[in-house]
Amino acid sequence: MSEHSSNLPPDRHDRRRFLARSAQAAGAVSLVGLLLGSYGEQVQSRPIGAIRPPGALAERDFLGACVRCGLCVRGCPYDTLRLATFGEPLATGTPYFIARQVPCEMCTDIPCVAACPTNALSKDLKDIRDADMGVAVVTGTDTCLSITGVSHCEACYLACPIKDEAISMTMKQENGRISFEPTVHRDHCTGCGKCEKNCVVPEAAIKVLPRALVRHDLGIRSP
Amino acid sequence: MILANAKPGRQRRWWQRQRWLLLRRTAQLGLLTLFLLGPWFDIWWVKGNLAASNWFDLIPLSDPYIALQSWCAQAHLPRTTLIGSSLVLVFYGLVGGRVYCSWVCPVNLITDLAHWCRERAHLPPGWRPHRALRSWLLLMTLLLSFASGGIAWELVNPVTMVQRALVFGMGTAWTIVGAVFVFDFLVSRRGWCGHLCPVGAFYALVGRRSVVRVAAHAREACTDCGDCFAVCPEPQVITPALRGSGPDSRLVLSGDCSNCGRCIDVCPDDVFKFTLRYRYAGDSAGTDASAVANR
Repeated sequence: MSEHSSNLPPDRHDRRRFLARSAQAAGAVSLVGLLLGSYGEQVQSRPIGAIRPPGALAERDFLGACVRCGLCVRGCPYDTLRLATFGEPLATGTPYFIARQVPCEMCTDIPCVAACPTNALSKDLKDIRDADMGVAVVTGTDTCLSITGVSHCEACYLACPIKDEAISMTMKQENGRISFEPTVHRDHCTGCGKCEKNCVVPEAAIKVLPRALVRHDLGIRSP
Repeated sequence: MILANAKPGRQRRWWQRQRWLLLRRTAQLGLLTLFLLGPWFDIWWVKGNLAASNWFDLIPLSDPYIALQSWCAQAHLPRTTLIGSSLVLVFYGLVGGRVYCSWVCPVNLITDLAHWCRERAHLPPGWRPHRALRSWLLLMTLLLSFASGGIAWELVNPVTMVQRALVFGMGTAWTIVGAVFVFDFLVSRRGWCGHLCPVGAFYALVGRRSVVRVAAHAREACTDCGDCFAVCPEPQVITPALRGSGPDSRLVLSGDCSNCGRCIDVCPDDVFKFTLRYRYAGDSAGTDASAVANR
């Protein structure tokens, strides 16, 4: 009950003690603030494979709006979403999914967005086809069965919920050899990850990446 | 002055001496069970967690401290969050802010266990940080939320982390749980809840004017046995109410009091009871009573 020692007439000993304790408290607060701040900075850049649910605000805004309640997880009928636990390399308690494990099924009523009590998953998203969780990129040009001509595989194309819009198979003719290459149309791809999930090679040859990472259009992007 | 020779309290049965403790544990575990009914038994009366939840697909609840950090991070607070936070604020504003700490928070189970172990091991108090430290931490989290644009305390908040771990899957949340336990057991007596947790600091502010309060209503019967001070997690709150005299308020006025009711349980002379603030309207109201006590 150190507070009540202030009933004593203030003398230099008391003052020194007070200052020491205040300095101690200030030091502790600064230390915690510093650690928390740098940890927060660290988890702001989430790993590439962790995809936010549809309608998620830009990461910085998302981290300010998402209260980590998990109602989106409960809203999802396919158990796609999960909450990051402490120690994972993204902000604790925030929702994400890994396409290769469970992709987004692109429900037309977007129940995850409807369940969100804040606007972290924006209610402005009315049509799931406008979702922008990322964009699929054929990363395994040397492993894709179609591109390498091993077989006429169309797994990614067939899995796409908006096939022919977001992805199509393009015929390529090279040295008299005909092959079909999966081609992603970035303006239509929502980043749901169905293609990545269904790719048949051990390490998916098509992957959903953050759009900012694959944009190579000098910042010009159709809305 | 020793009035009560009969010492009615000494004859009380065991459960009567643990009444509020048992009720409190029932509330803590009961609430946790409600949240677990969905994931464990597919009964979805309540979805979400302590950060925000939806009851019976009808009533939204939202943690006002998290909402405040979100607001500091310049996020737009939609109506659901405002309604949910208001409901929570009104509830704790009436029953006592830190009722959250002692009746709801799952970390209280851990820190109470740590305290029990500490008493068993007869450890000295250890590090005793300034009581105001948690208030400064509260302020820091708000500033950091503003500066970083994210909800700062939720990155490490053991309160929501423990509950989220139980309701949504454990991960490595046990490390934080373990850290809090070890801190309270070995480093600082009643250290986490009593000195550090900014969530508690926030709810202490919410409950400053709460209606439900503990009162030392029969303080003349006090025999100075010190049991209440020994058991109280915030013993500094008892002094003005118990040691005051004359017109000084018998109400425990400090927002730090978590209305846990342990003092009521342990007092052999039935000095304390739960009461409503307005019943003591005759007393000098509010904080000036403690000012009188400090003179």
